[in-house]
Parts: sequence; structure tokens; C-alpha cells
Amino acid sequence: MTLLKLSRRAALALTAAAGLAAPAMADVDFSGKTIEWVIPFSETGGSAKWANFFAPLLSEELPGNPTVVVKFMPGAGSTKGANWFQEQTEGDGTLLFGSSGSTQFPFLLDDPRVMYEYADWNAVMATGTGGVAYLNAEDGALFDGSANQLKDIPFIFGSQGATGLDLVPLLAWEMLGMNVEPVFGIKGRGDGRLMFERGEATIDYQTSSGYISGSMDLVDAGTAVPMMSWGALDENGMIVRDPTFPDLPSFKEVCEATEGCETSGPAWDAWKAFFIAGYPSQKIAFLPAGTPQDVIDTYNAAFEAVRARPDFKEIASQQVGEYPMFVGAGAQKATDEATTVSDEAKQFVLTWLKDAYGVELN
Amino acid sequence: MEIFANALPALGDAWALILQPIVLGYLILGVTMGLAVGVFPGLGGIAGLSLLLPFMFGMEPVYGLALMVGMVAVVPTSDTFASVLMGIPGSSASQATVLDGFPMAKKGEAARALSAAFASSLFGGLVGALFLTAFILVARPIVLAFGLPEMLMITVLGLSMVAVLAGRVPLKGLAAAGLGMMVGTIGIADAGGSLRMASYDIPYLTDGLQLVIVGLGIFAIPEIVSLLRQDRSISENSNLGAGWLSGVKDWFDNIWLSVRCSLIGVLVGIIPGLGGSVVDWIAYGHTVQTTKDKSGFGKGNVRGVIGPESSNNAKEGGGLVPTLLFGIPGSGSMAIFIGAIALLGSGDIEVGPKMLKDNLDITYSIVWLLALANVFGTLMCIALSGGIARLTTIRFTYLAPFLFMLISFAAFQSGQSFEDLLALFAIGLVGIFLRRFDWSRPAFLIGFVLSNPVEKFSNQAFQIASFKFRRGFETGMDYLFSPIVIVLIVVTLISVVFGIRQAKAIMAEGDVQSGSKRAPVTFLLIITAYLVVALLNANAIPDFNMTDKIVPLVIGGISLACCLIVLVQMMRSPEGDVVFADKEVAGEDADAPYGLWSTLAWFAGLIAATWVVGFIIALVGFLITFLRVRAQAGWFKTLILTACGLGFICLMAGALNRDFPPGLLQGAVDMPWPLK
Repeated sequence: MTLLKLSRRAALALTAAAGLAAPAMADVDFSGKTIEWVIPFSETGGSAKWANFFAPLLSEELPGNPTVVVKFMPGAGSTKGANWFQEQTEGDGTLLFGSSGSTQFPFLLDDPRVMYEYADWNAVMATGTGGVAYLNAEDGALFDGSANQLKDIPFIFGSQGATGLDLVPLLAWEMLGMNVEPVFGIKGRGDGRLMFERGEATIDYQTSSGYISGSMDLVDAGTAVPMMSWGALDENGMIVRDPTFPDLPSFKEVCEATEGCETSGPAWDAWKAFFIAGYPSQKIAFLPAGTPQDVIDTYNAAFEAVRARPDFKEIASQQVGEYPMFVGAGAQKATDEATTVSDEAKQFVLTWLKDAYGVELN
Repeated sequence: MEIFANALPALGDAWALILQPIVLGYLILGVTMGLAVGVFPGLGGIAGLSLLLPFMFGMEPVYGLALMVGMVAVVPTSDTFASVLMGIPGSSASQATVLDGFPMAKKGEAARALSAAFASSLFGGLVGALFLTAFILVARPIVLAFGLPEMLMITVLGLSMVAVLAGRVPLKGLAAAGLGMMVGTIGIADAGGSLRMASYDIPYLTDGLQLVIVGLGIFAIPEIVSLLRQDRSISENSNLGAGWLSGVKDWFDNIWLSVRCSLIGVLVGIIPGLGGSVVDWIAYGHTVQTTKDKSGFGKGNVRGVIGPESSNNAKEGGGLVPTLLFGIPGSGSMAIFIGAIALLGSGDIEVGPKMLKDNLDITYSIVWLLALANVFGTLMCIALSGGIARLTTIRFTYLAPFLFMLISFAAFQSGQSFEDLLALFAIGLVGIFLRRFDWSRPAFLIGFVLSNPVEKFSNQAFQIASFKFRRGFETGMDYLFSPIVIVLIVVTLISVVFGIRQAKAIMAEGDVQSGSKRAPVTFLLIITAYLVVALLNANAIPDFNMTDKIVPLVIGGISLACCLIVLVQMMRSPEGDVVFADKEVAGEDADAPYGLWSTLAWFAGLIAATWVVGFIIALVGFLITFLRVRAQAGWFKTLILTACGLGFICLMAGALNRDFPPGLLQGAVDMPWPLK
């Protein structure tokens, strides 16, 4: 299979390595080793795509160019793989784990299946995404930057479940006073979009890459009207417009314009906490507990070099979107943000889940 | 329309892309790899594609597509080997093939069955590609016309095939299907997250049972155990009889059946969300209903092979429509395919609505690469089939230990935990008794496969319908009873009526003798007890999660009613009545030199040893002991065969980057692969 290796990329890798990967190389060498990158989902999900995109890049940047293989360990909504990873203590850098928002939310909500502890792990890289909500053409005509005229309309939304990433849009719509009825049990946001295209669902949202590749056409064709993005975090932790969608108002703007929606108080704090946990640092790569610092440094440098590739922005735009990629200390900070919510926010969401959908997690 | 004007030049461009020697080279490479993966039951295209993924990054798009398409295309062809020769459904695409293909192998017609299957696959693939070339341009509105009520009705149509396969006592078939559906509901409900017959204390059960395990347990284990007990070869006569030419001739004689089933395959394949699970059953049902003499089905009627095999390759082509046009994968392998396309070249090919506008040439390349891959793959399979069919003349005792090895490994791939093996054994036991007492195993499997779609589509359609009814009665009725739904209802009704009339002629388990009451009644009582427990369990789900309890309650209730009626029948009927069918009374199982439990104990031993020392070490012990003790082989032969088996499984697992089940030993001591 060597014929598949591209000299162009090898050359790029060399330039990148010469310029950037010099410090912190210590004695860690992965020559001839195989690194397993365990993904707690099936081969078909977004996390698989994410890891498969980074695996060859990582392999080029790690000292000794080890083979990086992606392994899948799906089960119990990703808690099976995460629980397994919690027990691994191979500190030699040959094991990497990829967590996602669907792993973070059960952790935050005290799901009884969770036996893992993010604080034990070592984050080396994190990437985020955003999300966009949109309406059908008929009801979208009533959208004027606020949800004031949408409050009496019953909406249908194809949802993967109230305790996953869909928690963020469902809570947002609820805060806007909209009457959105989720139809649970779909698999993947693509199915939700299809339900919207068939006219069965009348409101939908997609993460950024799904919106760009699938839903933007609907907007251009006039069958969908974009409502808002979830926004993005600036350096001060404030929510601003999503730079990928600068023309769309953020949820915060829509909320401010809508009667009865508050951008402070327990509901807002809870929404913001779970938004941060689910979107700006959605997917995180971890080394196991007890990994020596020099191995961690080596990985940080390697991911740093991946990020510094001159063509990274171009090749990454489809895979991870135009969102910041965090490395090293940045990834650790992103992880802290993604895995801590205040007790008030947690209690608010647990109560809301129980009252609105009858979901009890204990 | 502008798009048609662009179609012909794009088609020309596509052929120019495909017909480069290097592209064909990659295609053949992909086909060869796909064949190697596909003969391995339970792995299928997903494992193979994941293997290719690391190489896709930045690859010339058409090369990468050729490699991947070659791999995906041949899996439904090559898994026919396992279905026909061993009775092991290699993937969900070949379940129905087992019904008549394996009996043909037992009759010594393996080569004929295989070549008929391959000819049908090839033809189905080509018909599919031809149809898609025109259809893909106008497919979008048609795909969108299939909403939830339409998908529900197609699922129900698939379920109605139970009527054809119910066996001699229709109520038993119905109960078997209901039991399959109830087993399919085990785990966390998709809609509301309630637990059904599961507990967080046993995390394995919360995910439910996987199709691979149920397919292997229901079809493969009972056949392996039965053949092993009889201590003979699969084929009753060592003369393989009719060769591969007569299989091709069989296909040609039934060419119109093949055309119809191919079209069924493409059409069902294009509907996202249904995937391959119903296609082969609908094709099989159609085959049975359009055949005049039905008595041969289940006993090795070649039409029962031609129908499903024509549909399952065509389905792969159909599955491209939702994948390429909507970016929504029709199957697991298609999901990886989408991900891989984004890695190709500079990453500017993006599946979705833009495929038709910007990349029509690439779209057509994919369609016709698929067709070409079918041609190459089929030719290779036909070339191999004569030799591989000889496996059926080997004394089965020499095959069985390797089959146990293969199915254990295949089962382990589905969840990668030791419980996979336990589940396989448990389901295998259910399969053995379903077979023994002539409860329709196909009906059980159809129920299991369609359990999740039935529940999902009916719940979601109900929710949306109630929403539409709130807007107005007419809106609701228009939604529920679209013209497509009405046509499907009519087709389903016809299929059920005809099916019930014909069911008595189709004996999937052969002619089973009846005996005393005790054993069949005991089995019925065990099933009834399970249904009662499952019903109580579903009933305990709180009412606000009605979506999670309604389907188990209804299906469980119907199945329980069937069981109770059968129980009454049993109380009233004299011994020897057809309702007391029992394979241990007379026939090949009853006359077998080895008992059921002593044979099954070998498999149990392998699993128990795996629990302690891990799979590979357990396998060494198992193969040596089995070959020495049960097969009475000499030391030389034993060691050679053991080494071959181990070498093969390690090679496959190593190439596909898979692990083996670990045991207690591996938990205590760090070991290198493959021992770990």
C-alpha cells in the first residue's frame, strides 16, 4: 500500500516538522509502534469521521511515524467505551481516546451508567462546532428576529433524544416560549433533516457542517428559513455571533428580542452551560490517566504541528468546520469548560427534563 | 429539463474516468479484498472499508472510489458462500438465501446453488445500475414522497412475509415472529430511553442484541450442531452433481423473476432508513408467491436462491441514492463511504444535493464502478465456487471446530465483549429448540429484524399524524393514507391472503415427524413464560413513556394469545398431531449417533475456556482436543489443522486490526497480541 502515500504530503510534513515540532521532543519515539485511537461510537458516526481525519495527520507528526489506527467500541451511548478507557493505565502513549458531546452530557447529568471521571484524563486536542436552527418557509415568514409571532404555532422536531446534544435546541426553543414537540428516536441529524424536507418536521437544526452541506441548499431554494445560530464564545466567555455564520443572529440576540426570554437567570445559565459542554469543545482527544508528562508533551507538539500545516485550514474546513482547534493547555481548558456545570444549572436541566419529557436519569 | 441534457456527456465522462487501466486495477484490488472479507461471516463491508480509510486521505478521487466501491460491491456476493455452504447468514443481505441455498448444498447441489446465486447477483447488479442511471436524475422527489407512514407500510409488507414462512401451524409461525419482535425490543428504547428486559447492572443488555448474533444463533448454530451430531458431510452424496453451468442455466430460465427481484431490490434500497433488512425477505416472498409449485421451497428450490440474490446486489445500487443525493447513509458501510469521500483528493467532492449539479460525472462513475465491480466479483466467485463447494463433501466433524471458531469471532466483533459469546450461545439454544419443534426460524428472524423499524415508524408516524389531525381531519387523513400507502396496504393484504394459503406447502424445516406431548408442551410453556415476563416488564414502564411500552404490549399480547391458543390445541389434540412436531422423534436428528447436549458441550467448553484464558489460548486447546477426541484424528493431522486454523484467524484479525475476546488471564497478565 505504499503506493498510496503521497510525496506532496510528505514534503509538507517535513517542512512543518522542521519549523515547529522541534521543542519538547525529548526521548519519546514511536518507531514501529501502533497507536490505537479508541472511539466509543460505531464506525458510522461523526466521531469516526473526526478520528479518521486526524489519524493520518497525527501519524505524520509523531516522532517515529507510528501507525495510528482508529478502533471502535460502541455501546451504551458511548459510556461503555468511556468506562473502559477509565480503567486503562498504559502510560506509554500508544492509546488515545476520543470523547464527544454525547459522552460529556451523561457525565454532566449523572447518568447511572457513567463510571468515568474526566479529571483523571489528559486532554491533548479538542475541536468544536456550532449549530443553526431553521424553520419551514410558511412559519419562517413570521420570524422577524424574535420569536414573538411563533409562540402559538405548534412545531414538530425530529430528535435523537432529550438528553443528548438536542437538549440545547429544545431548551432554547422552550425559553423562547415556542411550542416544539419533539419526535424522538431518529438516528442522526441527517434523518432529522430528511424529516424536515418531507414536511413531517417543521423545525430543525444542524451542526455547522451538516447545515453547510445539507440545509443551505434548502435555504437557497426557499424551502427553509434560517432562524439563529447558537453563537460562539469570545475570549471573555461571552456569547457572540458564530463567525462561520456572521449574518445569522445568535440565540442570545433572538432571546433578547423575544418577550419573556431572559438572558440571565437560571434558565439562561443552564442553557449556556450545556451549550458550552456540547458545542465549542464537542470532540476531545485524551491520553489515559497516569500518562508521563513527556508523552503528553510529545502529543501536544504533534497536534500543534498538525494545526500549523499550511493546508490545515483548507483540508479541515469540511471535517471539523472553521472552528478553533485547541491543543495542549487550550485543550485542557476546553475540557474543563465542557465537563463542569454549576449545580444550579444541572438541577435546572434535570428538573426540566423530568417535567417536559418525563426523563429521569437515576 | 436541463439536467437530462447534462446527463449524457456526464455519462461519457464517467466511462472515460472508469476505463483507465489504473482505475480498473484499483477496482480489482478492492474486489479481491472485498471477497476476502466477505467470506468471513459477520464482518461485511464495514470492517473492510474501515481498513481502507487511512489510505483515502488525499487520494486521487476516482482511484479511491474504485477501491472502496470494489470492496463494498462484492460483499453481498461473497457472503453467499457462507449462506449456501454452511447455512451461516454472512450478512443481513443473505438471510433469505440460507432458506433454499443450504438445503441445496445438503442435497449435493452446492455448486449449482452457488452459480445460480452468483449469476443472479451479477444480473441484479447490472439491472440496478441501468435503472439508476436514468432514475437518479429524478429520484429526489420520489425519495421524499416516502414519509413515515409509507416506510411503516413497507416494513409491514416485509413483516407480512411471515405468513408465507409460518410453517404448517400458522399460529406457531405468528408466535415465533412475535417472539422475535419481543427479543428485538430488549434494551434501552430509542424513543424514551426506558429499559426493557434489561438493567443498568448488565450494561451489555442495554444495547439490545445485535443482528449478527441473532442471525448466527438462529440459523448457523442449530445447523452446525445437527450436522455434527450426525457425523457426516454437509452434502448427502460425495458426488457434487450438477455443476456450475446448470446453475447459470437455472438463472437464465428464471430471468424474469430475476428482473423483478432486481427492481424490488433497487426500489426498496433507495428508501433511506430501511436499508437491506427487508429487501431479501420481500424478494423471497415474491418468489414464492409467483411460483406455481411451492412444495420445494425450504427444501432446496433454486428459485428461492435466485430471488433474494437478484435483489441484494441491486439493493446496494439503490442504497447509493439516499447516500449520494441526501448525504444520508442507507447502511453502515455507506456511512463510512460518505466519510471517506470527504477525505479524497482535495476534499471538494461532497455528497448531498450538489452531487447531481456539480459532480454528475463522479456520481455516474460510482454507479458504474459498482456494476463493473459486480462483474469482476461474480466472475471470481464463479471461478472459485467449484473448488469451494467441495467443502461440503468433507466429513463435517473436521469443519465444525473451525466453524465454531469463525462464528465466535464474528459474534465478538459486534460488541467486543465476552457477553457476545454468551448471547450467541443463548440465542443458539433458542434456535436449536425452534428448529427441533418446527417453529419457523425465518419468522423469528423477520420479527427480530423488523422489530425496531416497526416500533420506530409506528411511534413517529403516530405522533406526526396526531399533530396533523389537530390541524384538521382532512390533513391527517391525507398524511396517513397517501396513494403510496394505499397501494402498499393492498399489496400487503394480497400477500397475507395468498401467503396463508400457501404456507402449508412450504416447510422450511422439512417434513418433521410428531411425537409425544411432553417436550413440545414444555417448550411452549417456556416461551409463554418469557412472554408473560416481558409483558409485565413492559407494563411497568410509566405511562408518560407510552412510546416505549405500547409496541411491546401489543406485540407481546398478540404473541401470548397465539401461544395460549396453541396450548389449547395441544391439550385437545392426540399425540402425533402435527402441532407436536419434534425432530428428536424420527429423522436425521433422532438417528444421529451423538446426543445434543454432549455436542453442544464442546461449544460451551470453548466459551468457558475463553472466559478463563482468552480466545486464542482456548482455541488451541479446543481445536486439539476436538480433533483428537471427537474426530479421532492422528497427532500429525491434528497439529497441522490446528496451526492452519490459528494462522487463518490471526491473519484475518491482524489484517483487519481486530482483537480477540480476552479472559481472566489477560486481566491479570499483560500479553502481546494475539494473546491479549
